[in-house]
Amino acid sequence: MEAIVGRVWKFGDDISTDLIIPGKYKFKTIDLDDLAKHAMEGADPEFASKVSKGDIIVAGENFGCGSSREQAPLVLKHAGVSAVVAKSFARIFYRNSFNVGLPLVECPELYSEVETGDTVEIRLTEGKVLSRGKAFYFKPIPGFLMTILQDGGLVEHYKKRGSFVWEGPTK
Amino acid sequence: MGMTLAEKIISRKIGRTPSPGEIVVLPIDAAMAQDGTAPLMIKSFEGMGAKKVWDGKKAVFVIDHISPSSNEGTSALHKMMRDFAKKHGVTLYDVGEGICHQLLPEKGHVFPGGVVVGADSHTCTHGAFAAFSTGIGSTDMAAVFASGKLWFKVPETFRINIAGEMPRNVMSKDAILYAIGEVGADGATYMSVEFTGDAVGRMSVDSRMAMTNMAVEMGGKTGLIASDGVTRQFLEGRIQVPFLELSADPDAHYSDVLEIEAAKLEPMMSCPHQVDNVKAVSELEGIQVDQVFIGSCTNGRLEDLEVAARVMRGKKVKARTIVMPASRETYLAALKKGIIEELVKSGCAVGVPGCGPCVGGHHGVPSPGEIVISTTNRNFKGRMGCADASIYLSSPLTAAYCALNGRITVPEKVL
Repeated sequence: MEAIVGRVWKFGDDISTDLIIPGKYKFKTIDLDDLAKHAMEGADPEFASKVSKGDIIVAGENFGCGSSREQAPLVLKHAGVSAVVAKSFARIFYRNSFNVGLPLVECPELYSEVETGDTVEIRLTEGKVLSRGKAFYFKPIPGFLMTILQDGGLVEHYKKRGSFVWEGPTK
Repeated sequence: MGMTLAEKIISRKIGRTPSPGEIVVLPIDAAMAQDGTAPLMIKSFEGMGAKKVWDGKKAVFVIDHISPSSNEGTSALHKMMRDFAKKHGVTLYDVGEGICHQLLPEKGHVFPGGVVVGADSHTCTHGAFAAFSTGIGSTDMAAVFASGKLWFKVPETFRINIAGEMPRNVMSKDAILYAIGEVGADGATYMSVEFTGDAVGRMSVDSRMAMTNMAVEMGGKTGLIASDGVTRQFLEGRIQVPFLELSADPDAHYSDVLEIEAAKLEPMMSCPHQVDNVKAVSELEGIQVDQVFIGSCTNGRLEDLEVAARVMRGKKVKARTIVMPASRETYLAALKKGIIEELVKSGCAVGVPGCGPCVGGHHGVPSPGEIVISTTNRNFKGRMGCADASIYLSSPLTAAYCALNGRITVPEKVL
């Protein structure tokens, strides 16, 4: 996969799905153009209007905690976010993000070395983030999740292959 | 070496002992999506080009989050669910039936040893019946609806042992809030949280479910409790498979253990705006309360309503108080016992079984600056629909006292 290069938006710990996309919106529509207008509204009401295509979110511990709503990674992706780098992620958010084709990177070391507005570069296959001339390494993403990501998410993955990657060798 | 309860359930499915961290593919016994997640599930299912739902008896839709609908947009999403359910033979529980996490066990979808997935983070609740049960997202659910299987990482296990007698003014909710305060919001991330100890053994199914429900609030993948006579009594006549008593092996390996002395517990609250911001109610006494909500998949069960009615009997609430039974069955049982009558006479607004104000989607939304005492499981900023309201989570017993006094109150202080 190509390197992901983008401008940083920095957030703190425990950014919940209620902050990423408040529940009151998600029950009314599944139209992503409408929903993405409220991306990160609970954490920064100006985010949705100021985010640009390719931007990268850098956050602290437990990013995406709370509800199972897949609208959370979907609105981030739809708003233009190209990846999220956090100290750690909540479990369901982690699965959902790969399923919708949003790459996540668990790299605790980066957090203190970066500020909003910086540009960082993520090399997924190498397990490396570059920031301010320094390299930070992360545990590579499991192979089957990379396959889903490379296919553009789980829907495209199934459409393309007619089966799920985990049904193959693990059968 | 012996197996934890999660490992035991998984081993029964794959025919060998699993190791924590390994990826396994498990057949699914029940798969549920609700009105906040099913529409996206349908979009993903159809987007994949999947043609058939693998098993309509095991695939369940519940309309509980915005139920009944409050606006046209939501109504259209509900219709989408009804149409899909009809076309594919999916089991549908519609408006008024109740909350998904009450309905799955009531309607016999959950049994010891089963694997349950729900497109709802509180699906961990069903571990109270020794089922491996966890929340997933909509597209994962589409994969389950298409194939009947899903991949899982075998979790490590965090044991929470509760020993001894709990004081009279303490409910299982106080124990789980205390535990979350100790463990932290991400202290058990990816782990199975297994509740053990004699205090858990004596708990009713309702009390057990209040604890497993909140395993996700410490990051847990599932909350598990061994199945025993109490479980059997609830499930018999509901489930279509033989009942199993399942528990961890005595020599199971736990990655972490929290020991709780039940006798030392006191009424607890999660304070704004994090579930792990836990304090003793005694430290918060006197704070003025605007709204109380008694209900949800955490504490909207018969036992919870009964406790509230016992406290409120013959008295009037001072704070605006909303009560929602967890299901139609709960509602009917509460009616029969005179519980609903007591609550209504005390000034409570009793509503349709469902998620109600917990999700902030359609009613019971507080106004800016208001203080809410809620028996639910999340107090994140904006959770109940207003980012400038403050939500405190408590047991139904504490909530009932707060409702009567219009202030945060330690329940049954004079014993």
